[in-house]
Amino acid sequence: MRQRSLIAITAALAAGALTLTACGSRDNGKSSDSGSGGTTVTIGIDAPLTGDLSALGLGIKNSVDLAAKTANKQNYVKGVTFKIVAKDDQAQPSAGQQNATSLVADNSVLGVVGPLNSSVAQSMQKVFDDAKLVEVSPANTNPALTQGDDWQNTKTRPYKSYFRTATTDAIQGPFAAQYVYNDAKKTKVFVIDDKKTYGAGLAATFTTEFKKLGGKVVGTQHINPDSKDFSAVATQVKNSGADVVYYGGEYPQAGPLSKQIKATGAKIPVVGGDGIFDPTFIKLAGSNATGDLATSVGAPVEDLDSAKTFVKNYKAAGYKDEYAAYGGYSYDSAWAIIEAVKKVVDDNGGKLPSDARAKVTAAMQNVSFDGVTGKVSFDEYGDATNKQLTVYSVENGAWKAVKSGTYTG
Amino acid sequence: MNELPQQLVNGLLLGSMYGLVAIGYTMVYGIVQLINFAHGEIFMTGAFGALTVYVYILPNGTSMWIALPLMLIGAMLVSTTIAVGAERFAYRPLRNAPRLAPLITAIGLSLALQQAVWAWYPDAKSARTFPQIDGGPFHIGSVTIQTGDIFLLIAAPVSMAILGYFVMKTRTGRGMQATAQDPDTAKLMGVNTDRIIVIAFALGAVFAAVGAVAYGLKYGQIDFKMGFLLGLKAFTAAVLGGIGNIYGAMIGGIVLGVAETLATAYIADIPGMDKFGSNAWADVWAFVLLILVLLFRPQGLLGERVADRA
Repeated sequence: MRQRSLIAITAALAAGALTLTACGSRDNGKSSDSGSGGTTVTIGIDAPLTGDLSALGLGIKNSVDLAAKTANKQNYVKGVTFKIVAKDDQAQPSAGQQNATSLVADNSVLGVVGPLNSSVAQSMQKVFDDAKLVEVSPANTNPALTQGDDWQNTKTRPYKSYFRTATTDAIQGPFAAQYVYNDAKKTKVFVIDDKKTYGAGLAATFTTEFKKLGGKVVGTQHINPDSKDFSAVATQVKNSGADVVYYGGEYPQAGPLSKQIKATGAKIPVVGGDGIFDPTFIKLAGSNATGDLATSVGAPVEDLDSAKTFVKNYKAAGYKDEYAAYGGYSYDSAWAIIEAVKKVVDDNGGKLPSDARAKVTAAMQNVSFDGVTGKVSFDEYGDATNKQLTVYSVENGAWKAVKSGTYTG
Repeated sequence: MNELPQQLVNGLLLGSMYGLVAIGYTMVYGIVQLINFAHGEIFMTGAFGALTVYVYILPNGTSMWIALPLMLIGAMLVSTTIAVGAERFAYRPLRNAPRLAPLITAIGLSLALQQAVWAWYPDAKSARTFPQIDGGPFHIGSVTIQTGDIFLLIAAPVSMAILGYFVMKTRTGRGMQATAQDPDTAKLMGVNTDRIIVIAFALGAVFAAVGAVAYGLKYGQIDFKMGFLLGLKAFTAAVLGGIGNIYGAMIGGIVLGVAETLATAYIADIPGMDKFGSNAWADVWAFVLLILVLLFRPQGLLGERVADRA
């Protein structure tokens, strides 16, 4: 009996191992046959492709894929074929670092798009910087990533290889505070965050600006992002007399949180950042979500001509998942890498130099082009120079842009 | 405004859900001394079973009063099938293996079930919405009870009463007690222990299914990861109440739920503790409570009533 179960287990393990190797060889196979005689340059992707943030992660992956395919079709960089390798970080810093290490080990990788989460970015930055491999995040908004931990007082750029196309929380939080206080006329806020780098940072910048404007913080709470039961917090919100809730975090928690706050009878809007700006939020929050607000980076995608082309091409490519909140930024991040590679190749007489990674990183600093989300270029810290933000509100079960602008001190 | 009654009700509801899932841990442990770490995922598949009945089997717009019993049956069918299948194919071959082997199998099974739902259930890559019962919330004094919570408030005590009757009064129930006390002697007395073990797994799964439907109605959404943390909490509840004891599981669940809720609401009010009082710390306080209880009562709150082996 014992013997037989052992055999069964060994067989199962062997089958599992075979499946895994099969996956591996299939991926490798793709890389070798896609090159049409020229050099193959890989754009790495790191994002949560599984787990409850996968809606955003898959949008990033598909958008980068679209950028690579577009460049190949146009033969944008002569003699270079782009392909992608996507790694799943499950929104975990530890997984992100492992992915960074394996992307660095792959010599054909000349740039990486990702990650989604600021906390994951923190664990990857040094790995990429040591290898001089350029990393462009479409979604990280924590100011410390580009301006150092002490960004409120002295800005110093910690890593020369890190860039982002997203706007930082140093702008997003105050922008939301101004809208809530000046336009929505709310004065008593209950601030909740998920204690992660992104959520806590956003909540802090919002709170500072909201107090400066004259608003009152009537309560604060931190939630556990693994939980779905926020009834105790919701009861506190109701009894605090707040007329608005600010949530620093992402939609998997924000949706149920909004739903449970509304269920207590407190008919007050929940306001969040780009982390809750996803159709899933509305699905999770239910019918009472009407009036909830989110700020997100950039102008509304529907208003830009460049974005319309992106949306059309994305739909035409037949991806199963939505491009989600960061699709446009991911496309631009990937395109920035493609531009940098083009510059390096052109400068080197149409071939990739031997120290291509360092050259691409250096070229990234001066990249400038008209992307999906507007003009794409980077300042001396690696932040996007485009600091446009938009407030969206839930109306009839969808996000609708209500105000676009930039935060000015 | 005094929010204590509301917070107690919040805790009671959360705790009842822990309790329903904890039954499965405690029954399986009581009879085969196996910590079935895949039980949280059995709970999760139950929720998806209920959703399948509502979305893919019943015609659109079926009234919840007709749909709910059918969803409950669907949830039980799916979770029981998976639990019994797991027992037959994953645990039974390992029954005489060293303790660690089935434990690791359970963890593996848990991951496999999660990923299977993620990969193959339609649109399960992000959370799926669960049908809700219409009608506004009910107000009793300063306490608000959501419509979706009514199901849990009724289902938890009713199923506990049925289980108590089953274990204490029926022939099979007494067979379970006998197997828990001493499987070899029970076998000599003519108890079909293999059958008893299958029934223990099935009963645990039925309770998890009730809990899963309650979860869906309460939170309005289910996802492939919902069983992980809830399973961990339910296991904690089972240990807190005294693993192996079915009433202990329910009591442990309620104590845990109330403790978490009160920690969220009140710890921050204690002077100097404002850093440690948020919802994110509730789990820490729940486990502090667990450690305290186990220090003074290593056998859990209600001890182990059905078996007393070292």
